[in-house]
Amino acid sequence: MTASQPGQPVLSVRDLKVSTMGRRPAEILKGISFDIAPGETLCLVGESGSGKSVTSLVTMDLLPRGELQVTGGTAALNGEDIVSASPARTKALRGAEMAMIFQEPMTALNPVLTIGLQMDEIYRAHTKMRGPDRRSAALAAFDSVSLPDPARIYDSYPHQLSGGQRQRVMIAMALALKPKLLIADEPTTALDVTTQKQILQLIRKLQEEQNTAVLFITHDMGVVVDIADRVCVMRHGEVVETGTTGEVLSQPREQYTRDLLAAVPSLTPRRARAQERHEHVLELLEVEKVFEFRSFLSKLLRRPGHRVRAVKDVSFRLDRGRTLGIVGESGSGKSTVARCVLRLEDPTSGAILVNGHDIAPLEGQTALAPARRAVQMIFQDPNRSLNPRLTAGDSLIEGALNAGEPRAEALARAGELLEVVGLPRDALTRYPHQFSGGQRQRIAIARALMMSPDVIVADEAVSALDVSVQAQVLDLLAEVQARRNLAILFITHDLRVAAQICDDVMVMQRGEVVEFGPAGQVLSDPQHDYTRALLEAAPGRDWDFAKGRRITEPA
Amino acid sequence: MSQTQSLRKRLIETPPHWTTMLALAVLLAIVAMALFAPRIANFPPTELNAMMRLKPADGTYWMGTDSFGRDLYSRVIHGARVSLLVGAGVALGAILIGLPLGLLAGWFRGLDAVLMRAMDGLMAIPGILLAIAIVALTKAGLTTVIIAIMLPEIPQVVRLVRARVLATRSETFVEAAVLLGTSPMRIIWRHLLPSTIAPLIVQGTYVYASAILTEAALSFLGVGIGTETPTWGNIMAEGRLYFALNPWLVYWPAIVLSLCILSINLLGDALRDRLDPKMKGRS
Amino acid sequence: MLSYFLRRLLMAIPVMFFVAVFVFLLLRLTPGDPAQAIAGDQASLAQLEAIRESLGLNEPLSVQFVTWIGQMLQGDFGRSLISDRPVLEMIGQRLGPTLALALVAMAMTLLIALPMGVLAAWRHGGMTDRLVMAVSVIGFSVPIFVIGYVLIGVFAVHLRWFPVQGYKALADGIGPFAHRIFLPGLALASIYIALISRMTRASMLEVLREDYVRTARAKGLPEGLVLFRHALRNAAIPILTVVGTGFAMMISGVVVTETVFNIPGLGRLVVDAVLARDYPLIQAIILLTAGTYVLINLAIDLSYALTDPRIRYQ
Repeated sequence: MTASQPGQPVLSVRDLKVSTMGRRPAEILKGISFDIAPGETLCLVGESGSGKSVTSLVTMDLLPRGELQVTGGTAALNGEDIVSASPARTKALRGAEMAMIFQEPMTALNPVLTIGLQMDEIYRAHTKMRGPDRRSAALAAFDSVSLPDPARIYDSYPHQLSGGQRQRVMIAMALALKPKLLIADEPTTALDVTTQKQILQLIRKLQEEQNTAVLFITHDMGVVVDIADRVCVMRHGEVVETGTTGEVLSQPREQYTRDLLAAVPSLTPRRARAQERHEHVLELLEVEKVFEFRSFLSKLLRRPGHRVRAVKDVSFRLDRGRTLGIVGESGSGKSTVARCVLRLEDPTSGAILVNGHDIAPLEGQTALAPARRAVQMIFQDPNRSLNPRLTAGDSLIEGALNAGEPRAEALARAGELLEVVGLPRDALTRYPHQFSGGQRQRIAIARALMMSPDVIVADEAVSALDVSVQAQVLDLLAEVQARRNLAILFITHDLRVAAQICDDVMVMQRGEVVEFGPAGQVLSDPQHDYTRALLEAAPGRDWDFAKGRRITEPA
Repeated sequence: MSQTQSLRKRLIETPPHWTTMLALAVLLAIVAMALFAPRIANFPPTELNAMMRLKPADGTYWMGTDSFGRDLYSRVIHGARVSLLVGAGVALGAILIGLPLGLLAGWFRGLDAVLMRAMDGLMAIPGILLAIAIVALTKAGLTTVIIAIMLPEIPQVVRLVRARVLATRSETFVEAAVLLGTSPMRIIWRHLLPSTIAPLIVQGTYVYASAILTEAALSFLGVGIGTETPTWGNIMAEGRLYFALNPWLVYWPAIVLSLCILSINLLGDALRDRLDPKMKGRS
Repeated sequence: MLSYFLRRLLMAIPVMFFVAVFVFLLLRLTPGDPAQAIAGDQASLAQLEAIRESLGLNEPLSVQFVTWIGQMLQGDFGRSLISDRPVLEMIGQRLGPTLALALVAMAMTLLIALPMGVLAAWRHGGMTDRLVMAVSVIGFSVPIFVIGYVLIGVFAVHLRWFPVQGYKALADGIGPFAHRIFLPGLALASIYIALISRMTRASMLEVLREDYVRTARAKGLPEGLVLFRHALRNAAIPILTVVGTGFAMMISGVVVTETVFNIPGLGRLVVDAVLARDYPLIQAIILLTAGTYVLINLAIDLSYALTDPRIRYQ
């Protein structure tokens, strides 16, 4: 084991360069440098493609073989260069001296092995501890990450735990041998905000206890505020700006950092829009959705299955020109509501009035056609919502052709709409893969607009996008809404986004509406405990990104 | 590689590996051999010559003669005709029948359960046994042999197409199409069918190769196309009686047959790597 | 778990039903007179009538099917048209060599193909990988009977290490048995090795890209554990599936291998039955192999539960 000298950084990266392998190598990291001191948390922050995850893989010596290679520079752990060390040496360091937590707790644990075995492996690989000692060490480690009933967890398989519990297991594994360096690659991105808050607190606490250096990778400026001591802003494989969290967030030197900070939506709700006329375009009355899971055995024995009430008694009205946000965590039923509105899911009971007509009892494409024309949807992942084999033009005119519009006419209209969403007209002949994620989402918006809908349902429509792109798409939505007097039903888990675009907000928890009212009221003066918990868990809630300072008094 | 590029572009984008080129050359040579068999053969393939039985290879009989004194070289060349024809017939037939069944099974859940059990049933019967039984019960003509070999290949095609349809229909662009009022038939035609083409082309080459193998095995077992038409399988079946005396009666047709299958399989692998990168390395 | 078990069990029933339908229709729907097809062109009218009578061909199709399936369910598979012995008895006598051949080939396959596939995936793109892929594509391309004859030509005729043909039961001693079963076993295994090594490689390649494999490496585990404990177990299901569906391929291989090596098993029996147009015998062999296929695949479906706890706890 390498003894660390006082004052020496735990991790010191110098002029690190990484390229892809193959005929035309592309440089992924263009010579980055940074240090992390013991007990310090350094945040690598950047948008997708900035090279932040690759940095962590180099440090762990886990670059995918045959795909990426280090072309220059060093990454020294306690003074020992990882890049030039032998594979046997880095294997000995991994798990013992440096450890890593990954983004996806659902896939990071081996599904066919028990948690206990996967924990046990670490002790077996790196220590000479005996069986019973290893087991008690594992149980203690589970206990230290506040997992309930460690003995039960030890014998469980990953699929029997929740996402938050799995991430706790990952943390317990990573910190099992008290490593000097912990690398956390977007460890909370896949989790709900309330869980995220607990996990961040846990990392912070264990880090302080063990004086661990943490390399924390995130795209979320709010998380940076909550956890970082120092920040490295990365872009296109380069470090744009480095400094203490206070410096970088309040006095950013670089324009890119300023843009990034400006794109973070504020938690303070925007002012409500004046409403002249109340014209309901969409109304839900006591909508319920029950999913029934029956095993084959239960079906045979005619036993009732396992019933899940995904949506309980949801009612609301949406007026022309207004935006209603449904916020909640995963499993709250918010997406199910959206899918019921579009009849992609059939509601179990209740009425769904589109322009005054109840569409809940309708059956079949033909009967639903008018309602579906009036209500269009924008999906979360623009990579999957456009058929990769069709040109943007063909995707845009599909609905118009179904409605009997002549092709030439539809294409002309599609061209106009592309310009409305900020794309050139000649984009009609291009395929989805020739566009960026944000551009694809613009095409998806144009496709919805082609049907001249009254309501647009946007299901996490900006969640897959980088913040700067997210801001542009939100602006676009606001613009088309104003121009066409559209009603928007906006489903999101992100309170910041909700605060910026919604007139009204409905908070859902486990299928129920717990709070419903004007956005200004719900988000500034929450009445329900759950809404308050959500707001408190919002990362970086005490930082005003627009003004670059800490918010002293709660807004 | 993006799956969205056009088929043509993905095929010609990078120069192929030398093994692919070699396989293509061998296959083209065999096809040419089959097409021009009467011209490049030295003798009519069925011409008997009692004086020239079991002769070793020489300047006149390039691969020697068989037990009836027929020229082995001429027979092997003519044998290519049956093999290539059977392969093509089986591959085309299996795809023409399997594709619509797979599309329907993938889209209509009710039909799926019944159809897939039927396909499981068909798969449960070993292909050669089924083919043997069919050929034995009817007159062993070219059509019968093609049908007999094709039937057991259909379930594989149906399964492949169905799996593709199921994967594609869970994509949100299919939901988007539903919301745009697109009818089920049109969704199948426009959104689901195109995603099955590339894997089908690849599967087609494998079916082609396996059909030639099965035909050879049938002929070898004596239940294939009659001995009056030379096929690689029945040349070997006759040759094996004299295997100890002159193994080349078996080896020559075996070499040509194996080369033929090998090149088709190699081309299939190359096609798959290009058309269907996600399936790389799959069998 | 119980639910999974029951569903798989009940799904096997319609599959067997369809097998029965196909086999039943095979004779009845072939063009021309089935009795004629069985008896051959020189048959007398009396012979034809006897065959029609014994197969019940004079009844309407639906009645025929019901009586036929009833007989099958009672284990009455009929008598041979040639030897007039019960076909089940004839099959029973030939089962031993076929079973031995299949099991030997299977053991050889797993011993050779699994390490081949794992290694190839681990060293993806390297020499080992290319070699494994080459062996596998050759295994797919060279017919079993050719491989058989090459093995005989080299190891039996030329080197004289093994006898050319023939079979000795295990009861006659392990030495003679192994000596005679080795070459046919290897010939039969060749295509199976090609299939399984390819599937193992593909499945492993996919699994090696998974997050949990990266986690295992991040823990600093030895590569052997990463490959065999973390990766191979997760890669097992597609491999098992191919082992099951490949059984049909193996039976086809058995028929050819037994002919090449002159082994008195089911394969020889079926070829003789076909040449003699002994329909009840053909029918029984097809039904029984298909039944075995369904059972093997049922067992494999159930074994998924052993490898994957998510199925076990369903």
